[in-house]
Amino acid sequence: MIIVKKLVKRFGLKTVLRGIDFQVQPGEFVALLGPNGAGKTTFLRILASLSRPSLGEVNIAGYKLPQQARHVRASIGVVTHLPLLYGDLSAEENLRFYARLYGFTDYNSRITEILEMVGLETRRRDLVRTFSRGMQQRLAIGRAMLHDPDVMLFDEPYTGLDQDASSMLDVVLKTVAKQGRTVVMTSHDLSHAEELATRFDILSRGVIAASATQRQLKKTNLLTFYKQALLS
Amino acid sequence: MKSKPTTLKILDVFSILVLGTAAYLALVVAPTERVMGNVQRVFYFHVGTAWTALLGFIFAAVLSVIYLVTKDRKWDRIQVAAIEVSLVFFFITIVLGSIWARPVWNTWWTWDPRLTTATITELIYIAYFMLRQGIDDPDRRARFGAVYALLGGLSAPITFFAIRLFRTIHPVVIAGSNPEADGSFSMTGDMLSVFFFALFTFTVIFIDLFWNRIRLGDLQEKVEQLKLKVTM
Amino acid sequence: MADHLSPSLLRAIFAIVWKDLRAEFRSFELVSAMLVFSLLVILIFNFALELDIKTRQSVTAGVLWSTFAFAGTLGLNRSMAIEKDRGSLDGLLLAPVDRSAIYFGKFISNLTFMTLVEIIVLPIYSILYNTNLFQPGLLMVILLGSIGYTAVGTLLAAMSVQTRTRDVLLPILLFPVAFSVLLAAVKASGGFLNNSELTDILLPINLLIAYDIIFIAVSFMVFDTVVEE
Repeated sequence: MIIVKKLVKRFGLKTVLRGIDFQVQPGEFVALLGPNGAGKTTFLRILASLSRPSLGEVNIAGYKLPQQARHVRASIGVVTHLPLLYGDLSAEENLRFYARLYGFTDYNSRITEILEMVGLETRRRDLVRTFSRGMQQRLAIGRAMLHDPDVMLFDEPYTGLDQDASSMLDVVLKTVAKQGRTVVMTSHDLSHAEELATRFDILSRGVIAASATQRQLKKTNLLTFYKQALLS
Repeated sequence: MKSKPTTLKILDVFSILVLGTAAYLALVVAPTERVMGNVQRVFYFHVGTAWTALLGFIFAAVLSVIYLVTKDRKWDRIQVAAIEVSLVFFFITIVLGSIWARPVWNTWWTWDPRLTTATITELIYIAYFMLRQGIDDPDRRARFGAVYALLGGLSAPITFFAIRLFRTIHPVVIAGSNPEADGSFSMTGDMLSVFFFALFTFTVIFIDLFWNRIRLGDLQEKVEQLKLKVTM
Repeated sequence: MADHLSPSLLRAIFAIVWKDLRAEFRSFELVSAMLVFSLLVILIFNFALELDIKTRQSVTAGVLWSTFAFAGTLGLNRSMAIEKDRGSLDGLLLAPVDRSAIYFGKFISNLTFMTLVEIIVLPIYSILYNTNLFQPGLLMVILLGSIGYTAVGTLLAAMSVQTRTRDVLLPILLFPVAFSVLLAAVKASGGFLNNSELTDILLPINLLIAYDIIFIAVSFMVFDTVVEE
């Protein structure tokens, strides 16, 4: 589903990503972990077509970046730690806007479906600026799923959420995973990743330092694996 | 980094020589103008700097396109050099124009269209540097600079054409059709020769400063690269 | 699943315009700020220029366009800042549609807000100074001038909002480049207000139209490079 070969990203003279090889099979849920500044957000933005690679190949759902960016965008749903929502519009209106932007003509039933999935059906007419951070995040995920993408990219989705909101987000993410979508989620916090992901990759100093599947990790635990990877 | 090429060293010396010659020609050799007297001599330098600066700005707009197509930051460095030198030359034009205006029009400044548009043009390129100053990422800085230099390069001639809408008291030396232009004159053969020599002089000086400035930019880039190597 | 999506450019543009208008009519953030600012500017001009009836006539066009120019930058800044701060610019960039949809969508919204403010300012100015500003010629000039101003302004606002200096930078970038629009607009407006010969007015109007076409074309062509990384 996602094939990345020798990806390099430079900002001026600084190299942030130094030749990343990364592959994700359909249906996998990859947790991309690493300390702040390792390049996780940069990497995710490149996958999301929001940033161009300096060198290397990126292939998502069979389409090349950056040449076939529009096709890629139709196949991915992105959730960042900013909600990407308009506070002065209602939940419904936000979804309606994005539906139109993505070219849907008959969107009303889909919008209701999404609102139910993220548990916000009762608040559909309320303005988003009255929503708590947790609710906004859930709506953001709903927005990202509107066009039924094959691939979902999450950048630090748990940022700023309290315990309740985090639990609700767990539920939504589990649903997303169960639907068979391919997921890449970055996080600097190990606890949530541990439960949800099928695979763990550690990004450190611009390269993938280590990678292990859920099964392989049964011998050690995630924290030890993480620390070891950072030392290498 | 190679040391200064011999051609450039020769050009440096040549520039000083032609400048001296042009000054001598303009201030001593050229015949005194009948009506305005000696202050008219300023004209040789005034037009010399004006022409080269304006060509410099147009050249910068072309460089914008080249950079946007190739994304090679060497074109950005060349553009910065071109605009910087043109900016200084055009400032000299404006100041010399003011010196000429005082005895002839009896005022240091007038808001007639040509002077106003000259100020506007100068402001465009000052804004260019202010824009660049506010951006940290070198690639974005180059991109935005290129876009603005392009917009500036397009709007400046339009602004100049806008003066055709209004009557002007600025001397029209070439066309000579506006009877209300105070201080217009036609050139004798001797004056023409000095005039063209001055044009030649300023072209040479422009190229010399321009080339030196490009080298300076390349050196700065080299320093940045070395700094990064040291901190790694 | 995602294959049936082929969002037409027009549909995307109108989605963006509708979204901006809807959000604005809930909060009135932009238009009210621009309106109040315009009235304050006119007030300041009133004191600064000692407008007796005779001077006023020659100065009205200039005062109006200065007001519109300043209020315009306010609107342009806010409109882009809203997108940048919420990260919703990314939301727009993620849509599988040509980038020019974002440019045209924002351009039309910005233009709508600017003309809305102008339409409210005109009668107020008319009443305050006992002049009739509702001449069709003048209205057309105001539209043409606003189009050119907003065309470049939208692009430059997209740039300035990504710099460190942000709001402060937009007028510095915009005024020199939009100068000929403002100049031509003032000349044409003045011409209509003073009932000048049509031949005199035609020249600045042609300039306005030429400027509008050139700068809409250039702006939407380079818009991509300005919003992408």
